[in-house]
Amino acid sequence: MSTDSNKPAVQTTGHAWDGDLQEYNNPLPRWWVWTFYATVVFAVVYWIMYPSWPVGKSFLGGVKTITFQTSSGQEVTTHWNMRARLLHDLQNGEEAVKQREYLEKIANSSFEEILSDPDKLAFVRSAGKVMFADNCAACHGAGGQGVIGLFPNLVDDAWLWGGTLEDIHTTISQGRRGYMPAFPQFAENGKVDNLADYVLSLSGEQGGDPVSIKKGEAIFQGEEGGCYYCHTKQATGMKSLGSANLTDKIWEIANVPGAKTYEEKRAEVRKVILGGIQREMPSWKGRLPDETIKILTVYVHELGGGK
Amino acid sequence: MSQSQEEHLYAARVPIFPRSVKGRFRNVKYGILALAYGVYFILPWLRWHRDNGPDQAVIFDLKARLFYVFGMTIHPQDIFLLAALLTLAALLLFFVTSVAGRVFCGYFCFQTLWTDVYMMIERLVQGERPARIRLSKQPWNREKILKIGLTHLLWLLVAFWTGLTFVLYWGDAPTLFVEFFTGKAPFPAYATALFLTATTYVMAGLAREQVCIYMCPYSRFQSAMFDKDTLIVSYDARRGEGTAGRHKIAKGYKTREERHAKGVGDCIDCGYCVQACPTGIDIRNGLQVPCIQCALCIDACDTIMDSLGWERGLIGYYSEHRLEGKPTRIIKWKTLGYGLALAAVVGFMTWLVANQAPLDMHVRKIRQPLYVELADGSIQNSYDIKINNKTSEPVRIRMEVKGLPGAKADFGRFREVRIRPQHYVRLLGKVSIKPAPGVSKRQEFSFRAVPIEPADLPEVEAPARFFMP
Repeated sequence: MSTDSNKPAVQTTGHAWDGDLQEYNNPLPRWWVWTFYATVVFAVVYWIMYPSWPVGKSFLGGVKTITFQTSSGQEVTTHWNMRARLLHDLQNGEEAVKQREYLEKIANSSFEEILSDPDKLAFVRSAGKVMFADNCAACHGAGGQGVIGLFPNLVDDAWLWGGTLEDIHTTISQGRRGYMPAFPQFAENGKVDNLADYVLSLSGEQGGDPVSIKKGEAIFQGEEGGCYYCHTKQATGMKSLGSANLTDKIWEIANVPGAKTYEEKRAEVRKVILGGIQREMPSWKGRLPDETIKILTVYVHELGGGK
Repeated sequence: MSQSQEEHLYAARVPIFPRSVKGRFRNVKYGILALAYGVYFILPWLRWHRDNGPDQAVIFDLKARLFYVFGMTIHPQDIFLLAALLTLAALLLFFVTSVAGRVFCGYFCFQTLWTDVYMMIERLVQGERPARIRLSKQPWNREKILKIGLTHLLWLLVAFWTGLTFVLYWGDAPTLFVEFFTGKAPFPAYATALFLTATTYVMAGLAREQVCIYMCPYSRFQSAMFDKDTLIVSYDARRGEGTAGRHKIAKGYKTREERHAKGVGDCIDCGYCVQACPTGIDIRNGLQVPCIQCALCIDACDTIMDSLGWERGLIGYYSEHRLEGKPTRIIKWKTLGYGLALAAVVGFMTWLVANQAPLDMHVRKIRQPLYVELADGSIQNSYDIKINNKTSEPVRIRMEVKGLPGAKADFGRFREVRIRPQHYVRLLGKVSIKPAPGVSKRQEFSFRAVPIEPADLPEVEAPARFFMP
């Protein structure tokens, strides 16, 4: 078919106008025509089965129906539609049934049982990750790393309000209110610097003036500052108040690890003493289902290794 | 004005009524057919006891993501095995094609096998070639409707059995079989079975040689592997045609001597080779794309030669060199190359099968946060560890950290982990170090899973990184 002389005769429509004017007819390929007919048949079947044509203010619902449960537990049968299908699948889908089974298992297990069963723990870790991301990550960060000065880090091993499963469960369900009063009166005579030197020395920071540290200790342990009321004489903090342990390396509010020089570190601590702290963790009881709180408890406990 | 005929890219199917033949190659083909059908149709019914797993010799368990083939369990991680198998199949095909042409097409291709069976059914119901031609020209009367109807019914039955058998490989065959006929089988089972019924019926019953000519990619590229030493089913034109062409047996053309004296070749133009051809070609026209090299024309011609008392082999497996009177070389660079590649893949596969790791472990560093400082000033990193037990026995392992001096490792309560057969566990590993001066901020180390029970399993290691501020 390389030259014009090889060109096949083309079919014409069979009618001649003005004596010699003819129209070529190139019929569509048979497979194409039949495929087209098949789509037509498909469309008609589809109209009968599924919602299709608008009729006035309503529409043809189709003969296919779907049954699902509304949030109030009512069984509803309606014309087939994607939203109902989604609800139906969320309630009866294979995965949903499997998940419910696990959730029931978790609800019926004690914390101890969950921690000792790799299967349940694996479920808690993967389900907990999503729940944490949905509800907790906004403040605590996706990995639970928190924000220094604002939201506690959940990955380290310091627990202001206690790190046992029961403590964490209480924290999540009831919420916490962290409070440290401001001490603006120490701004005079460099007293706040003495205190800051002392606090820094507690966790082994080098560079404080020994005389200043001595003065700071007197304020901290004496009635002038009264810091030991909450932080205790050993400065290790109290779980019941959520007061921080000042002797460890972890800094919740003052960004000491981020500061480069001793001066900067002291400035950070000073800011906390003069300004005080006010933080709140909301209560989640009633906002989250019980088993979600349970899963989050174990998840958070695993993040930081618990205590 | 003369208008030359258009050469169409597609020709509507002209019905072919192949005549049956008897002979060596036909017997070989019967043998291969029986073997292939035996394997395909019986395999899913074979039982095979397993302690942990289905008691079916060959089962592809999609839900558990495990393929069981007799004593072997293939995991998704063993995808390389599948890749090697496919490479092996391709190389084998190339190798055989370069040596002996379209052996696959002629003897092993399922299109050929199923078409063969369908033709047998046709012959059984409608009779030999002349009877079938007569029937096809006959008006639609009782006999025709009955015979054609019965043929199609039997075809459909074979097609359905083929489709159903395929489905049985993907579940417990006896259970699935009962479920299938009581309407309890899963939807994909019905869809697959019906789809394969339809394709088998259409391909082997209606389309036949058109599949080879128009659909099959292999038939289009196989010629690239041919050379003048490749054995192909061909007609020995020098012997058959002589100098004056072929001639029917007639007065003065009876004995070979008479014929040779007149310059006529050995082909008596009986047309048996053409009638026997399942793709409806004349092999005497030389190598053609529709020829699947089923060798039935060889059997047909040999039968005629035998009856004439002349030597066999007017049609046979000849290379182009042989037809030109030159020697055929089977061992040449091309076949050697294919052979070597084939041996390499076989070796690789054997190694893969022999060295299937019973355990495997993957470690993912948790990067948010990258590290955390603990109360005592040490630095902790966390890792997501996944350990896969690919054996069919429960395995108990102990976790260790290797290559990180002074590290403390914490795996929750699971320093010893029990993994169910064909299952995996995920662990959270926390590793901490007291920072010392001069220690690198980024250290490479590895997690080790040491089997305790069974103790003879090899231990596995997975690399990880430790980060410090």
